[in-house]
Amino acid sequence: MSHRAFPWFGMDIGGTLVKLVYFEPKDITAEEEQEEVESLRSIRHYLTSNTAYGTTGIRDVHLEMKDLSLCGRTGNLHFIRFPTHDLPVFMQMGRNKHFSSLHTTLCATGGGAYKFESDFRTMADLELHKLDELDCLVRGVLYIDSVITSGPSECYYFENPTDLDHSAQKPYTLENHYPLLLVNIGSGVSILAVYSENNYKRVTGTSLGGGTFLGLCCLLTGCSTFEEALEMASQGESTHVDKLVRDIYGGDYERFGLPGWTVASSFGSMMFKEKRESVSKEDLARATLVTITNNIGSITRMCALNENIERVVFVGNFLRVNILSMKLLAYAMDYWSNGQLKALFLRHEGYFGAVGALLGLLHPS
Amino acid sequence: MAECGRVDSNTSSHTMDKSITLPPDEIFRNMENAKRFAIDIGGSLTKLAYYSTVQHKVAKVRSFDHSTKEAAGDKLYEIAVQEEVTARLHFIKFENAYIETCLDFIKDHLVNTETKVIKATGGGAHKFKELIERKLGLKVDKEDEMTCLIKGCNFVLKNIPHEAFVYAKHADSEFRFQTTNPDIFPYLLVNIGSGVSIVKVESEDKFERIGGSSIGGGTFWGLGALLTKTKRFDELLQLASKGQHSSVDMLVKDIYGGSYACLGLTGDLIASSFGKSATADKEFSDEDMAKSLLHMISNDIGQLACLYAKLHNLSRVYFGGFFIRGHPVTMHTITYSINFFTKGEVQALFLRHEGYLGAIGAFLKGAEEDNPNQYSWGENYAGSSGLMSVSPDMNPMQRARSGTFPFDMLEMDRLDRQLVNLPLLQDPSSYIPDTVDLTEDAQAREYWLSCFEEALDGVVKRAVASQPDIPEAAERAEKFRQKYLHKLQTLRHQPFAYGSLTVRSLLDTREHCLNEFNFPDPYSKIKERENDIALKYYEKAVKSLEELSWEDRQFALVRGVLAGNVFDWGAKAVSEVLESNPEFGFEEAKRRLEDRPWLVDSFDQWLERLKGPPHRCALFFVDNSGVDIILGVMPFVRELLSRGTEVVLASNSGPALNDVTNSELQILTERIAAMDPVIDSALREDRLTLVQNGSSSPCLDLSRLDKVLAMLVRERQTDLVIIEGMGRAIHTNYYAMLSCESLKMAVIKNSWLADRLGGKLFSVVFKYEVPAGAGKPH
Repeated sequence: MSHRAFPWFGMDIGGTLVKLVYFEPKDITAEEEQEEVESLRSIRHYLTSNTAYGTTGIRDVHLEMKDLSLCGRTGNLHFIRFPTHDLPVFMQMGRNKHFSSLHTTLCATGGGAYKFESDFRTMADLELHKLDELDCLVRGVLYIDSVITSGPSECYYFENPTDLDHSAQKPYTLENHYPLLLVNIGSGVSILAVYSENNYKRVTGTSLGGGTFLGLCCLLTGCSTFEEALEMASQGESTHVDKLVRDIYGGDYERFGLPGWTVASSFGSMMFKEKRESVSKEDLARATLVTITNNIGSITRMCALNENIERVVFVGNFLRVNILSMKLLAYAMDYWSNGQLKALFLRHEGYFGAVGALLGLLHPS
Repeated sequence: MAECGRVDSNTSSHTMDKSITLPPDEIFRNMENAKRFAIDIGGSLTKLAYYSTVQHKVAKVRSFDHSTKEAAGDKLYEIAVQEEVTARLHFIKFENAYIETCLDFIKDHLVNTETKVIKATGGGAHKFKELIERKLGLKVDKEDEMTCLIKGCNFVLKNIPHEAFVYAKHADSEFRFQTTNPDIFPYLLVNIGSGVSIVKVESEDKFERIGGSSIGGGTFWGLGALLTKTKRFDELLQLASKGQHSSVDMLVKDIYGGSYACLGLTGDLIASSFGKSATADKEFSDEDMAKSLLHMISNDIGQLACLYAKLHNLSRVYFGGFFIRGHPVTMHTITYSINFFTKGEVQALFLRHEGYLGAIGAFLKGAEEDNPNQYSWGENYAGSSGLMSVSPDMNPMQRARSGTFPFDMLEMDRLDRQLVNLPLLQDPSSYIPDTVDLTEDAQAREYWLSCFEEALDGVVKRAVASQPDIPEAAERAEKFRQKYLHKLQTLRHQPFAYGSLTVRSLLDTREHCLNEFNFPDPYSKIKERENDIALKYYEKAVKSLEELSWEDRQFALVRGVLAGNVFDWGAKAVSEVLESNPEFGFEEAKRRLEDRPWLVDSFDQWLERLKGPPHRCALFFVDNSGVDIILGVMPFVRELLSRGTEVVLASNSGPALNDVTNSELQILTERIAAMDPVIDSALREDRLTLVQNGSSSPCLDLSRLDKVLAMLVRERQTDLVIIEGMGRAIHTNYYAMLSCESLKMAVIKNSWLADRLGGKLFSVVFKYEVPAGAGKPH
């Protein structure tokens, strides 16, 4: 039983986005309400009555977990995100709302917990309780998976992944399905082998992640947001940009069992002037998405083989509203492993680190 | 994919100004006898391979028929210069733009009508198929690219010592060449063309493409051309080498403010490639973007290569393809990536002749009936361009030659003998013949390059003198001088051009150049004269030794070998004395020898050993002709034989300086046998055997010896190896570890080297070694 004072927050400050989870108690007694200080009420009200904060903060309402029991309290868990570069605005808000007067601990993870620690101290008079991001990630994933029992399943996979047009999402239960390969695709990528809640290791990582997709798209197309980039990608055709096996061999490269549609060289056609002149921005965005996604797929697959793990869970904000990448990953895992590997996805894709941080507050280990 | 398609920078034309004339002396050599062609046409470079025969003058010695002996006058034996035909592989690399001119040239010079097909591989092969068939009248026969690549790779790894190297940008020497492991399999080949192919090679015929990636050279080129104003691959690399990736990439420290210590991720590590460019309101320089792109692609390839190497448990990983091809920038980033991902457990390896693999493989496919893999081949230093350091500021091809159009060559000679390891090497995979690596030792390099340069006049003089009846010899000798001087100059700037630079490689290059200009054996007559004189003293020398007490004799025998070894035209200090004072005799040599204790002196241990049971069989690598072999070595051998030890005398297969060759030694031994019953009976009873070592070098590489020698060594259960002379026991093999007892004897006839080793001119090295843990000799 925890008697942690409200508010209950968990924060994950990444390279691109800050993820914030907030537990809104719904079982507040009249007595408690009497004693609740104004600043606490104001924070609760501000967060729960809005779905957008400032120009860039967003509450993912569809992810909200209602009537959740947490440490003897019942309430709703809210999921909020905003760009890391707007962190000063957030700190200013905390100062305005006298957050520091609540004597609460702000649990934070992600690199920003370290980078901005002193800024929190000087700008918002707040002391951060720093937690390791991978500990938080693993804890968050396993927790959310264990508490969701109704509504849409937290974990799902794609049925018939090799038929991209007809593959459908199907629910899946993660529970006790160890070992798992956990692939977190944020700005960069971390790949973890998870053997139990307390036993995991970081296998490897790659710098070709969500940040690379957006960074390259901005340079290649002039777009400026992830949503814009994804929208363009959905309309483009990567085969105009890439060089395929069939572009070289006229068909399959039978000697090595490579089908003609396999990408031989990402952006390979862009070596030619006439091809460069004929591609659209949408094609370029699509090729960038496919390149980054497939590369993550191949590294993941090699790690799964090296670690001898058959279930792969993909998380991270790169997958947010990015059904295309999810399907590509599901396809790649299935096709190149002859059905041996299963790609799994989680609805709360980018928020597990923040959830883990919140749990760190409530169950300090 | 290994393929690299036609690219816009080259589409300008593949025809060229017809007025460009080819330098036939240099390119497409021996085309008259050429047969079996193969061609590998890549995205920008064409590699042509052909097999040809070369007519060489070789010096042969022949014993005079006894019946006509009187007619021969006072000559010991007959020296005849004969024409010999040897096989040579030619490989030429040039830009695709010159392909038509080259085809015209080949057509004009091709006289061999047997040739009907040309093997072709590479992405550009189909494009030029029609042109080749029309110009040459040969049928183009396409071969699978990957198969050719692997075949070529196996071939160079097996036949070219120092083929593979590790690249270290900031080390004293950028290129660290690997010793040839006799067992080249299994290995991983990562071919980075427009995409990446990862191939596991398990044996000569067994390989498998275990994976690949679409992020390769084409991605660098394509994305680079989109992101920057630069459209050519080489220029993009050059651009990248000037950039700062940290302005474009999101580093760990950009997220953490420092390092992510608990995972051991340093602050400078890239967390997200292009992570900082996710903004619409900032401009990035072309250089910075190109650099970020280069890192992104190199790291990604390195990571995948490591994952595959780990999965298949392979530790040898070679990188090739146009992304690598001699570019220091990409060799550096790939090396860095491999070090990072394997924590130094796997080293990225590169190949000196990487660009030729496809052409070599295609050629081998076409030549299967000739069984080229049955032979050993050797790189001909005279006819090969060597590795060029491709500074990003310069086009590699422009550096190769000036005046004519740029090209690069590799020539490989088929060796008469199949070469293998000496079975008595303690660890063949770590054996390095050479004592000093001049690639790493700048001071030594400077000395030896100058030394060889200064000695060149003398070599030219001797070469001319060896052919007094041939008027154009002087002209040829001058061409030899130019060629060798050019090689020395190249090596001054690119010490790594032919692998590790060593005294041995400098000597071998000189021999190759002399042969190239038909000076097969400049010392033949001198050797004959010296042999003749020495033979006259043999009986006297043996007699005086026999008069000594056993112990005194053992010492006198060793001194005899050492004094004999002072007679050496190869060493500057000695050749001066010999030429100025022909009276300089054996006794004088003994007087000049350093008194004991010698610089390296284990004579007491040797003497102690001799008091024990005799060795079963001694393998003796001999050095010079004349006094050395006849008055020094032979009495020593005689003593071993008398002890009951069998002796195998290993001498050079072909001439090098005044070293005694196997055919000369045959005659000399017969002559000695006629005077000496001990030698005579040993010869007849097969207790004394003469073998050739398979080499024509004044130095000795124990990992490339005649197969017959190796078999004999095994058969006879050889338990003692004796190596004599500066070239074989000091410049090479000084540190060689053998699995049996060994004796290294030499006199240091070079004051610089003496100084280096802490001695003085005519210091003696007498190194007797018993391998650790060998137990008591029996």
